[in-house]
Amino acid sequence: MGKVVLVTGVARQLGGRFVRRIQRDPEVDRVIAVDAQPPEHHLGGADFVQADIRQPAIARVLAEHAVDTVVHMDVSGTALGGGSRGAVKETNVIGTMQLLGACQKSPSVKRLVVKSSTNVYGSAPRDPAVFTETTPPKSLPSGGFAKDAVEVEGYVRGFARRRPDVAVCVLRFANILGPTAETPLVEYFSLPVLPTVFGYDPRLQFVHEDDVIEVLRIASHEPERGTLNSGTFNVAGDGVLLLSQCSRRLGRPTVPVLLPAVTWAGTALRTVGLTDFSPEQVRLLTHGRVVSTVQMRETLGFRPKYSTAEAFADFARSRGPGLLPPEALARAVDRLAKLPVVGGADGPDGSGPGGSGGSGTHPTQSAN
Amino acid sequence: MADAKVIPFDDDRSRGGGKGQGGAGKGQGGAGKGQARRRSSARRSGEPVSVREVRGPAGRPAEVQALPGQAEAGAGSSAPGSEEVPAQAGGGGGWERRIAGGLAFLRRRITGDYEVDEFGYDEELTDQVLMSLLRPVYEKYFRVEVKGIENIPADGGALIVANHSGTLPLDGLMLQVAVHDNHPHQRHLRLLAADLVFMLPVVNELARKAGHTLACAEDAQRLLEGGELVGVMPEGFKGIGKPFSERYKLQRFGRGGFVSTALRAGTPIVPCSIVGAEEIYPMIGNAKTLARLLGFPYFPITPTFPWLGPLGAVPLPTKWTIQFGEPIPTDGYPPEAAEDPMLMFNLTDQVREQIQHTLYKLLVQRRSVFF
Repeated sequence: MGKVVLVTGVARQLGGRFVRRIQRDPEVDRVIAVDAQPPEHHLGGADFVQADIRQPAIARVLAEHAVDTVVHMDVSGTALGGGSRGAVKETNVIGTMQLLGACQKSPSVKRLVVKSSTNVYGSAPRDPAVFTETTPPKSLPSGGFAKDAVEVEGYVRGFARRRPDVAVCVLRFANILGPTAETPLVEYFSLPVLPTVFGYDPRLQFVHEDDVIEVLRIASHEPERGTLNSGTFNVAGDGVLLLSQCSRRLGRPTVPVLLPAVTWAGTALRTVGLTDFSPEQVRLLTHGRVVSTVQMRETLGFRPKYSTAEAFADFARSRGPGLLPPEALARAVDRLAKLPVVGGADGPDGSGPGGSGGSGTHPTQSAN
Repeated sequence: MADAKVIPFDDDRSRGGGKGQGGAGKGQGGAGKGQARRRSSARRSGEPVSVREVRGPAGRPAEVQALPGQAEAGAGSSAPGSEEVPAQAGGGGGWERRIAGGLAFLRRRITGDYEVDEFGYDEELTDQVLMSLLRPVYEKYFRVEVKGIENIPADGGALIVANHSGTLPLDGLMLQVAVHDNHPHQRHLRLLAADLVFMLPVVNELARKAGHTLACAEDAQRLLEGGELVGVMPEGFKGIGKPFSERYKLQRFGRGGFVSTALRAGTPIVPCSIVGAEEIYPMIGNAKTLARLLGFPYFPITPTFPWLGPLGAVPLPTKWTIQFGEPIPTDGYPPEAAEDPMLMFNLTDQVREQIQHTLYKLLVQRRSVFF
């Protein structure tokens, strides 16, 4: 008899993709897709059950279908279809509590996978440069999605203590990027001009959607020989990109803003309801965050297909060119290199290194 | 140890004859002249970096090494002195190459096509721009003399432990240039910096790009295990912000965490003594209330700062000596030794004594503060 997998949060693109993917696995018998609202995308042959995980009804769903693997993906930062922040928090926290309560009562559940986020580490200047799974955060996230994620993980740890027979896997994802990803950071990168915090160049790490699906799949099956898929794992692509690199690769100019102004503007915009750019996002874009993925490679046995830079490149391709496409800038510099003046005919007097640097900045502006 | 001789500040042998703050202007003028003089000396254009500083008897670099980085410094960083082009034959091809290199650099930078490591270290930017900006200060202003560079291993991790002084952490930056420019393998020093550095805008960005990271055991160990050369100044703010009267007296070395980190990573500890940095900003007072208001650990008052405004923030052109001592191996200890507080204290003291001893020795050898 094959496995019965229950997936929450399927109305989101990522949940939908995961449901479609996991059905193709031979050991999976049935997939129960759960969300409070029907998804706009198709779910393959999965059984969609419209249920709010904040309600105790979820326990009935678990019992009815004799679910043995639960993949909890309904922990996210933004509301689907313009819900309020309160509703998101409730789904994240109360929903997780209900779901875990239901799992605890269900004797059939053997495996639980929770999609968490590296937001749980917070982001502060006093933090070590690289977080490992055991690094305690220096400043606990004070609110927003990061706090939800911390609380969700707390409940999951409690559940793991009470049900030691259930394999529990918490995956802390770095910023998820991809053609269909819908996260606050994707919204940010879609702005024509990127506001940045003056004097800070945060280090960012990304993980591609395809890798997210793949690692969730690994975590929801029996572990491969020599690997272990219960525990907490950071999931991120290799390497690091600075925000300045990201903006240049996207071809979007940046506007440095002083930190107090950013905080103030963020609060104002949130109050008006234009965006829910949370203080966590501002902190991430100020101090950055890098996690160690040694556990993911060595214990979980997962190697991401996309590095941070490749995930970002794929994302950049899906977004279309910005105001300052890097190709145009590169062409401008190449044209400059072909100019006879710079060719070095009269190099030693006028066009020293300072001169070439000065003329080199011109095309940047003209491409502007 | 306490009876060791500390050379008086305004030494009568100093040719500048500067007394106190008067020495600032004069000394600077002198340095400027020296710079002009040396500029006319041989500077080869297209040569690869040749780390051979032949030093004259006065201890000054008699030959300034060629800096290919300066040409590629590119936009906004035309290094001082680079506009004076030696009228040497065959310069045309060299310039062409330099300009092509500079344009390639520019192209990579504006398209974001460069790599940084997980600490945010931007090797290309450090080599081409940041180092080129620091090098004139290192060579011309402080005229740093380096001894014992052979004590730094050619590869693998090592922890360089140095004294800290001078109100502003210029000694760390000079140490970074010293290691890179003098070491036969041009190793990059990764400094561990105070958390204040990573709270300040601009400073944190530059520090990360120059390869510095927060002084914490996790980061230090990660770097050492990655085979990097790590520099630490365990005195911290106690060392850098001590009054001028206590110059060259080493402060407490924190809790000796650097020793246990080196021990866990099994990397040698290289003691390093820096002479000259103490006198760049003679701190005669500390405006504690102002410091507390601004959130700084101290607010220095020197004979020139803050009285002369930004001009008072110009460091005195002292002559520096950086000496690397015999490495202290740590790989002979069992791994649990890192938890042994007695051993940690003993090793910390050993490192501290060695640095202090070398400091006194260098001070006795020093002819004057400025020359």
